[in-house]
Amino acid sequence: MAEIVRLENLKKHFPGVRALDGVSMSVRAGEVHALIGENGAGKSTLVKLLTGVHTPDGGRILVDGSPVELKSPQDAHALGITAIHQEASVFPNLSVTENIFMGHLDSSGYGLLDWKTMRRRTEKLLGRFGVALSPDARVKDLSIAQRQQIEIVKALSLNARVIIMDEPTSTLSLREIRQLYDLVRRLKAEGTAIVFISHKFDEIFEITDVYTVLRDGKFAGSGAVKDATGETLVRMMAGSSVGGLFPDRTPNPGEVALQVEKISLAGAFEDVSFGVRRGEIVGFFGLIGSGRSEVMQSIFGVRTPDTGRVRINGEDLRLGSPRDAMNRGLVYVPEDRQLQGIILDMKIYENVTLPFLKRVTKLGFTRRRKEYEITEVFAKRLSLRASSYAQAVESLSGGNQQKVVLSKWLATDPSVLILDEPTRGIDVGTKAAVHQFIGELADRGFAIIVVSSELHEVIGMSDRVLVMREGRVAGEFRGTETSSDAVLSTAIGAASEHANAEVHDVV
Amino acid sequence: MSGEQARLAKQPRASLGQRALGLLVRWEMVLFLLLIGVFVLNSNLSPVFLTQRNLLNATFSFMERAIMALPMMLIIISGEIDISVAGIIALSATAMGLASEAGASIPVMILVALATGLAAGLLNAFIVLRFRVPSIAVTIGSMSLFRGVSWAILGNQAISGYPRELAQLGQGTVGNTMIPMPLVMFACLALVFGIVLHRTGIGRTIFAIGNNATATQFSGIPVDRYKAVLFALNGLVAGFAAVLLTSRILSTRPNIAMAWELEVVTLVVLGGVAITGGKGSIIGVVLSIFVTGYLRFGLSLINVPSQVIGIITGLLLVGAIILPGVFEHYSNKLILGKQLKPLEPQRE
Repeated sequence: MAEIVRLENLKKHFPGVRALDGVSMSVRAGEVHALIGENGAGKSTLVKLLTGVHTPDGGRILVDGSPVELKSPQDAHALGITAIHQEASVFPNLSVTENIFMGHLDSSGYGLLDWKTMRRRTEKLLGRFGVALSPDARVKDLSIAQRQQIEIVKALSLNARVIIMDEPTSTLSLREIRQLYDLVRRLKAEGTAIVFISHKFDEIFEITDVYTVLRDGKFAGSGAVKDATGETLVRMMAGSSVGGLFPDRTPNPGEVALQVEKISLAGAFEDVSFGVRRGEIVGFFGLIGSGRSEVMQSIFGVRTPDTGRVRINGEDLRLGSPRDAMNRGLVYVPEDRQLQGIILDMKIYENVTLPFLKRVTKLGFTRRRKEYEITEVFAKRLSLRASSYAQAVESLSGGNQQKVVLSKWLATDPSVLILDEPTRGIDVGTKAAVHQFIGELADRGFAIIVVSSELHEVIGMSDRVLVMREGRVAGEFRGTETSSDAVLSTAIGAASEHANAEVHDVV
Repeated sequence: MSGEQARLAKQPRASLGQRALGLLVRWEMVLFLLLIGVFVLNSNLSPVFLTQRNLLNATFSFMERAIMALPMMLIIISGEIDISVAGIIALSATAMGLASEAGASIPVMILVALATGLAAGLLNAFIVLRFRVPSIAVTIGSMSLFRGVSWAILGNQAISGYPRELAQLGQGTVGNTMIPMPLVMFACLALVFGIVLHRTGIGRTIFAIGNNATATQFSGIPVDRYKAVLFALNGLVAGFAAVLLTSRILSTRPNIAMAWELEVVTLVVLGGVAITGGKGSIIGVVLSIFVTGYLRFGLSLINVPSQVIGIITGLLLVGAIILPGVFEHYSNKLILGKQLKPLEPQRE
């Protein structure tokens, strides 16, 4: 089969992160290529390079054997490379025909739009790919799956030769997934190349021909799907080198500091119970959408769970009140640093003192000296690098921004610390420092929860790992029994036999 | 690490010269120059403009709007807006008029106006926060609602016959001086609002909310409660502005304070407050109040028709939204020179 696109040694850096580091891949006509990796492994970055959203810092992209520069999505389109996004981007108030021709309307007759021809061509396209839809249907009346099909047909009407599908089944029902598979097979038969991003093993084995695995922005393996097993893929995704980055410590858990009992929140998670002891680090692992962050935010109080109770040091917490949680010594360092953690336009010391302004004001008036004093204590402890505490947080690197967030919460004098993705978007050196620091906090008697979508981090940091899947606690691992493969399989719901059986039953 | 910390404590970010330049090249300085420009222009056009009596008397005409700009400043900094202020003034004035017709004493009339304003502000807060609707949409609706109620009550009639003593508030001067009462009230309020905004934890929190409400909420701050208080405060101050206005003109019609909401927003935005929230200063707003006030007064003094004044106000509003941003861009360029591009993230 002819090679359409070839990626050679692609590299991409973002401030503080090496998102992609020397990845090569070959996309061939009539082949479905699975792109596999954990969250943050570099899949999206690769797609963005391939579709012209970002330009690579190193390496080459070759189309039909000659090197190209993709400076914009339009460049990629012109070469026949199109991505179908997780959330379909359609115009809900327009018809199927209008959606398909949007951006390349047919105005053959005297500058007027030739709807008749466009409608006929739409009908033909839909028929060719077995999509049972009327060209006149309003898109807002269609399901998500049908909208996705329209996007695919639109890409084909633009003569797309490479279609990238980014977790296309994540919001589809089983029946719709079947229909998508059918469409993919037809595309394949017509010689279209498909890059299929997924971390569901059942569909990888069902629909894809070859795979490429990424890990931490690096190439981790590739081959024919028929020669692979779930085990080999998991091992490639997870890697085997845990250690070095993480502090060596002997856990010494004390009494229970945080007790969560049967909390549920409709649409997010159900019946979650667990406890954390003083001096213990409990890791939470789960795929995006598994409900981990929602659970943590509900414990802290920025969301209010429907049922259940949370106790800190034996006392009931008022649910839905972050203030009460803080006063009882529970704090939450959120996953989305720039949105939830810090205020970019404000100064370092202003960010640090925001949760406890009462403590640094006198009769309501802010006292800058007091604010500086407190900021300095934690900035020193965390070796924060800044030219002045009055510097805007915006101008700090990702790692230093995270140190500001940590300072802010440590300064409230907590006893229970929930860290959601504590090292996301931070370079490796700082990561190790943050890990070291978390270890020290546990040794000093803090009860700590580390939520992360990085398997290494969860396993390397935690004394105990809880795995969440689809809003429930799906498994718990302690000490030496905690293997990467077992944790990841639990999170994905692998042991793929079972999952496959389900899919087949419905159809 | 200690060397690092010593550097951190001592080293200023920019050189002394740059900082001095930074103080000079600010939007507030532009406004100050504008104010001087308005004075020069007006005194050339009209010989009576630049007299102490005239300058003081002129303030009577814009102090209600000036006072309204203060709570509006806080609301806009917090990332919200209240378009219904003029409607609240009309409603409060109407309520005050009804109280007067019912034979209420002056203190009771004032209380009625304040309570009406407060209630209107609370209604805005309730709808915005309970139903999560953008405040601009809600208050455009409640603007018509409040003024509509006023029309329904008064029709084409006017309430007059207020007691003469009421005039002392909006028309009087302090003691034997020529200083207008409303100007003094504005000065006191501006001082209080300025101190709260720039020197207290409350002000800090308002800035934080306007910059990033999510992160503020994640910091354990009851963001909605703050916003509710700001809307309520805006209503209360609008009630107070209604009292001053009524006292000044001693009559109430449903069309009083017509289109003032835009003038008040203009004052705030021209004062350098970011319409997107999170940024602004009391000094800028106070300067913009006097620039706008004296400009309009000067123009009317030389008999510029009110339609033309309207055009100028419109241009000011558009300019007010564009200029501070453009200005900041170029002043950064001037002060920081080559550092205009974002600072290099500091690597470990």
